[in-house]
Amino acid sequence: MTASTDTNRIDQSFSRLRAAGRKALIAYITAGYPAPTRTVDIMHALVAGGADILELGIPFSDPMADGPVIQRASEAALAAGMRTGKVFEQVREFRQKDQTTAIVLMTYLNPIEVMGYVRFAEQAASAGVDGVLVVDLPPEEADALRGELTGRRLAEIFLASPTTDAARLDLIRENASGFVYYVSVKGVTGKGQIDTADVSRQVEKLRADSKLPVGVGFAVRDAATAAQLAGVCDGVVVGSAIVERAGADVASDRELSAFVKSLRDAMDQAVGA
Amino acid sequence: MPDARGHFGPYGGRFVAETLIAPLKELDEAYQRYLKDPEFIAEFERDLRDFVGRPSPLYHAERWSRELGGAQIYLKREDLNHTGAHKVNNTVGQALLARRMGKPRVIAETGAGQHGVATATVAARFNMECVVYMGADDIERQAPNVFRMKLLGATVVPVTSGSRTLKDALNEAMRDWVTNVDNTFYILGTVAGPHPYPAMVRDFQSVIGREVKQQCLERMGRLPDALVACVGGGSNAIGLFHPFIEDSDVKIYGIEAGGDGVETGRHAAPLTAGRPGVLHGNRTYLMEDDDGQIIETHSISAGLDYPGVGPEHSWLKDIGRVTYDAINDDEALRAFHHLCRCEGIIPALESSHALAYATKLAPTMRPDQVMVVNLSGRGDKDIQTVARIEGINLT
Repeated sequence: MTASTDTNRIDQSFSRLRAAGRKALIAYITAGYPAPTRTVDIMHALVAGGADILELGIPFSDPMADGPVIQRASEAALAAGMRTGKVFEQVREFRQKDQTTAIVLMTYLNPIEVMGYVRFAEQAASAGVDGVLVVDLPPEEADALRGELTGRRLAEIFLASPTTDAARLDLIRENASGFVYYVSVKGVTGKGQIDTADVSRQVEKLRADSKLPVGVGFAVRDAATAAQLAGVCDGVVVGSAIVERAGADVASDRELSAFVKSLRDAMDQAVGA
Repeated sequence: MPDARGHFGPYGGRFVAETLIAPLKELDEAYQRYLKDPEFIAEFERDLRDFVGRPSPLYHAERWSRELGGAQIYLKREDLNHTGAHKVNNTVGQALLARRMGKPRVIAETGAGQHGVATATVAARFNMECVVYMGADDIERQAPNVFRMKLLGATVVPVTSGSRTLKDALNEAMRDWVTNVDNTFYILGTVAGPHPYPAMVRDFQSVIGREVKQQCLERMGRLPDALVACVGGGSNAIGLFHPFIEDSDVKIYGIEAGGDGVETGRHAAPLTAGRPGVLHGNRTYLMEDDDGQIIETHSISAGLDYPGVGPEHSWLKDIGRVTYDAINDDEALRAFHHLCRCEGIIPALESSHALAYATKLAPTMRPDQVMVVNLSGRGDKDIQTVARIEGINLT
C-alpha cells in the first residue's frame, strides 16, 4: 500500500526527519474550534512552532473515543457552524501559503458515510489533504474507503493500541499507509498515564519488518512526555493539550506557537538532534 | 444472521476504535462458548424462572378486543417481570457472563432508567461494583429510577455532554469501558452497539418470543396471525420477533416513536424517517442531518428516545419481513389511558406505542384471528410524566 503514496507529503516528511535524525511532531486541532474563521491561522501557528504534520479533526456530534477536551471542542465547533465541507475550504486556504506540511483528516465514519466515500476522497485530495484517520473504522471494515483513498494518493492511517495482539498488529501494518498511530493508553484522548516501557515494547513490534513509521499519541500532555516518547517512536501526536490552548486571537496563536516550540525543542534534545 | 463479523446484510458490524476490538472479541468468544454450555443455559433458565418470574403470562385482553371489534388481542406480560420490564432478561444473561469472565465491575447506559435499574439489580445480587451512566436531563426526568439504582448500591453518573440523553450516556459508557477494559464488563441494554451485542442481547431476549410461541400452540393450537412491539433500540421487539422470523404467515409490526408527528421532524423514528449511517459501533438507520451529525430525538417516552436502532431491525425493514410504522405521542397517550380503564393494566409509555398501533390494526382483522402485543413494561414509572402532561400536580 505504501508504494502508491510515495510522493505523499507524509512520507516525504518522515524521510526528511529520518535523514536529520529527528522525530515528527504531529499536532492535532479540532477544525472550527474555537471558531471556523480561526482554524487556518491556528494551523500556521502550529507549523511556526515546529509541527511537521497537522491532524485536523472534523467534529462529530458523538465522539466516542475522545476525552472531555476534544468533546467540548467538537460541540463548540459544531455550535459555531463548523461542517465537513468547510474543512476542505480550510485546507485549500492553508495550502495557499504552505505546500509542504502534511495534513491528516481525523474523524469518525458517519460524516464520511453521509458524503459518500468517493466524494469525500475526491474533495480531500483536491483540497491538499495527505491522509485520513477514521477513529471508528478498523481495518476489517475499511476496504471500501481504502480503495477510494489509495487511488488518490491519500494515506489511510490506522490505530494500534495496548490491547492489539500480534496477529492484528500484522493486519494493521499490512493495511496502513503513511504511518501507524499507536494509542499509548487504554482510554480516551487526553487522559491517562503513559507507561513508556510498555509503549516502547509495542512500538518495537510494530516497527519490526516494516518501513512504516509509528506515531504515538492520546495522552501526551507536556514537553517531558513528548521527549520521553521521541526516544521510542518516529513521531509524537499532541492533541488535547494543543486544543486547550487554541484561542480566539493572534496573541493566543503566539502562545500556541511557543507551546509547540517547547514540545519541538524537548523532542529534538531527547534524540540529540 | 449475523455473519461472523456481526453483519446483518449491510448493517451491524464492529465500528469502534482499535482499543475495543480485543475486548469485543473476548466477549464474543466467551458468549459463543457459554451459549453452548448446558450449565450456563441451565443457570440462565433457573434465574429467569426464580428471580425474574418467568414465564410471563400471555393474557387475553377480552374486553379490549371486543371494544376494538376485530382480532383477539393477547398481551405478553413482560410488565410482570421483576423490575417491571423486559430489560432484566438481558441483564441476568450478561451478568452471568460477566461472572464467568471474572469481571468484578459492570457498567451500563440508561435512558428512562429501566435498564439501569435492571443492571443495578443483578449487580447487587452478584456483589459486583455497578456504575450507570445517565444523561443529566434524563436524571431530572426520571428521579424515582435514579433513587432505585442508588438503593440497589449502584453509582449513577450524570452525563453532561452532547444532548445529555441516552445516546450520550452510551458514549460515556463506551469511554469508561475503553479505560477500564481489564476489570469491567459493559452490560449494554439494547440490540445496538458493536458486534456481538446486537446478536447477544437478541438471544437473551428471545425467551419472550419462544414463550409466546409455546403459549399460542398450547392454548390455540396454532401460531398468532400478527405480532406488535414498540421499537426504540429494539430489544423487546427483537425478543418477540426473532423466533417467528421464519414463520412467514405471521405478520410482524415494529412501532417507533412518532413524537409530535414524523412530518414535524420532532420524533424518534429512524426506520420510518431516517437513513443508514454509523453510530455506536454499528451501521444502521439513524436520525442525522445532512452533515452526518446525529440530531436530537423527541418522544413522550424516554425509553424510545434514541436516534439509532438495532441493525437487525434495519435488515428486517429492508428485506420487508417486518413492517415498521410510527405512533405519535398523543396516540400513545390515548392507548395508555384506554388500557388502564379497559383492562386494569397501567402500561409503560413505550409499550403504549405498540398498543396504539394495535387499536388501528385490530379492526382490520377478523375476530377469529390472533394478535400478540408485547407489553414490554409497566407504567408506574410514567405516572409523573402523564400527570405533568395533564396539568396534575402529584407532589
